[in-house]
Amino acid sequence: MKIGTVIGTVVATLKPEGFNGRKLLLVRPEDPYGKKTETPVIAVDTVSAGEGDRVIFVDEGNSARQVLDWKDGCVRAVIVGYIDEIDIPRNPKSPDSNPKSQIPNPKKK
Amino acid sequence: MKIGKVIGTVVATRKVESLNGVKLLLVQPLDEDGKPAGEPVVACDSQQSGPGETVFFIGGREASLPLPEPFNPADAAITGIIDAVTKDAP
Repeated sequence: MKIGTVIGTVVATLKPEGFNGRKLLLVRPEDPYGKKTETPVIAVDTVSAGEGDRVIFVDEGNSARQVLDWKDGCVRAVIVGYIDEIDIPRNPKSPDSNPKSQIPNPKKK
Repeated sequence: MKIGKVIGTVVATRKVESLNGVKLLLVQPLDEDGKPAGEPVVACDSQQSGPGETVFFIGGREASLPLPEPFNPADAAITGIIDAVTKDAP
């Protein structure tokens, strides 16, 4: 599972029927500190996330089909969780390695 | 699933039998600003899309699922045609 921020909504009329009624969101994969790591992916929403929310998503087809209960679905990325907060404890051996230990969700509901 | 723009058509007369009847398109992956991100890929079409259209495509094993023959050596397939992408102003 990866961490990402929802940066937009995708509207597509022509798409497979299994997507009907599902929201497609543009998610920018990030590291825990909010730095972009990959090009954005389109993910199916399952947690009513919106723009600006930090989420957990899977980019792996088998889990995606299972979450959506869609056998043979051509789906790969699904948002599976809404992140409230990420907590990274400091490493006692290198105290300066990570001064920022708590990264709250920028847009907490 | 990623955003891409169809930039061309690929014609291959000799190909694996299970790919017969499948339209092959050249797709340039895009980032959130609509700028090219990475090298263009050859993707199978499942939505009657054509050059110039913005699409979303799927990579990996799932790419063969929207095709008529789901057991197919495909690693990219166009799954939908994008009408609009809305996002927050930076």
